[in-house]
Amino acid sequence: MIDTSASRSDIALEAVGLTKAFGGLVAVDQVDLKVRRGSIHGLIGPNGAGKTTCFNLLTKVHAPTHGRILFEGEDITRLDTAEIAGKGLVRSFQISAIFPNLTVFENIRLALQRRRGRSYDFWRSERVLNAFAEEARQLLEEVGLARAADVLAAHLPYGSKRALEIATTLAVEPQMILLDEPTAGMAHDDVAEVVSLIRRVQRGRTLLIVEHNLSVVEGLCDAVTVMARGRVLAEGDYASVSNNPLVIEAYLGSDQGYGQGYGQAGGR
Amino acid sequence: MNLGISRSQILALALMVACIALLPLVLYPVFLMKVMCYALFACAFNLVLGYAGLLSFGHAAFFGTGAYVGAWTAKALMLTPELAILCGGATGGLLGMAFGFLAIRRQGLDFAMITLALAQMTYFFYLQAPFTNGEDGIQKVPRGDALGVLSLEPDMTMYWFVSAIFLGGFGFIYRIVHSPFGNVLKGIRENEARASSLGYRANSYKLIAFGLSAFLAAIAGATKTHVFGIATLSDVSLETSSLVLLMALLGGKGTIFGPIVGAILVVSMESKLATMGSWVMIAQGIVFIACVLLFRRGIVGEINRGLRTSL
Repeated sequence: MIDTSASRSDIALEAVGLTKAFGGLVAVDQVDLKVRRGSIHGLIGPNGAGKTTCFNLLTKVHAPTHGRILFEGEDITRLDTAEIAGKGLVRSFQISAIFPNLTVFENIRLALQRRRGRSYDFWRSERVLNAFAEEARQLLEEVGLARAADVLAAHLPYGSKRALEIATTLAVEPQMILLDEPTAGMAHDDVAEVVSLIRRVQRGRTLLIVEHNLSVVEGLCDAVTVMARGRVLAEGDYASVSNNPLVIEAYLGSDQGYGQGYGQAGGR
Repeated sequence: MNLGISRSQILALALMVACIALLPLVLYPVFLMKVMCYALFACAFNLVLGYAGLLSFGHAAFFGTGAYVGAWTAKALMLTPELAILCGGATGGLLGMAFGFLAIRRQGLDFAMITLALAQMTYFFYLQAPFTNGEDGIQKVPRGDALGVLSLEPDMTMYWFVSAIFLGGFGFIYRIVHSPFGNVLKGIRENEARASSLGYRANSYKLIAFGLSAFLAAIAGATKTHVFGIATLSDVSLETSSLVLLMALLGGKGTIFGPIVGAILVVSMESKLATMGSWVMIAQGIVFIACVLLFRRGIVGEINRGLRTSL
């Protein structure tokens, strides 16, 4: 943010010519992506469009074959997951990533603990972590898990694990959150709950959401990038994108896409 | 949410201290010292197996290094026992950092195999090195005078000395596990990808845990050398590596008191069945299989599950 070029632009995360080839298969092909600071940006596309690979490039699971990734104007192409997290770019996982054999409270506290640095101090009592107890309770309150604080995370129902994961992500106070299919595998009521949770906790943060379910994107995202066959097909707000004939064709052309994606959006 | 020591832990600790204080009245103190040395070794091993989720198959390298360096510094350099034991511990800890640096780049079975290979290399080093006397080992290591004043030759004096080291090591491990560092370590064990995504560099934590574990394992080895006055190849052998794994699994990996219970059982079994010769191995094997089948979490692990404690 001291960097003047970054403060001049309002782009938080930018991908330039991002390409990933697995052997001969080009999963992501020359993708350009700009996520505006403070916006909720959806990355959608039918199955096999390359959006998950793209997400994995942005979150450092894979290294890109070509292209660059910039966060707040800084080149982060070669950094690893822990390093980008240190810069305020934190991801969530499709399969709820929790610490199963720790309690809900301990899950949150572990994330809050990031604030005291790396915590290599093995000689100090964990009582110093009491400093985070109050905030941990507030966060749990916020996502509706206050009463489950002492439950082992593994014993939570599916929707609550999602809420716990989101609370954990929030606890590290990221500038930007990357969400991988936050409603994957959820029943309709849970979907609505997670959507309202995401909206509630956003508070000016930048969010990039990879999503299959178009109705989630419709209600949530300020801007949408549609991918198909590894490339960017369309970009814009939800209304313009969903009326784009290329997008409609891409979703209709994919059997699964029709059922889970466009069909749901059109049905409502 | 309770951050302090739980009541059940205090109870178990009191029981353990009482046993240390009273058992030498009825049992042979040298046997009890052996149990304490192996118990400390098993607790150190449990730090990586139970809390970092790393299966090391070469922990005898550190135990043996502690034994040899402790023996050599006590005998050749005539260091006082506490200094010799610290030298052994420090050397083992450094070796652990080096081995850990190589091994933690891989996970699961690969990690176990790398540690095994490095431990075998260590074994051959001690077989060949001039100061170890090959098959004979370093013998007649003096117990010396603690702090230069208190002779440890009487068994009971040595016993209190070993008890202090054991309790100190145990307390240190308890602190590591219940430190900010230990909390991150448990997070990495539970979900490494998630821990890194929160900004924790998993490999650094594992490396520190591995080094600490090696240091404490070497302290245990050096202490045992002072008890028996000898450091031999068996301290650094594959059998010792598997024995400590057996202790940790038997008692309950990832529990505070489990490795101690495991060490008591394994060492008692060895001494009771000593007359059976190599049949001890078979008896141990059967006990091990039975335990794994009957209580998969280990003895203390099952107690914790049944009574909802965290011993």
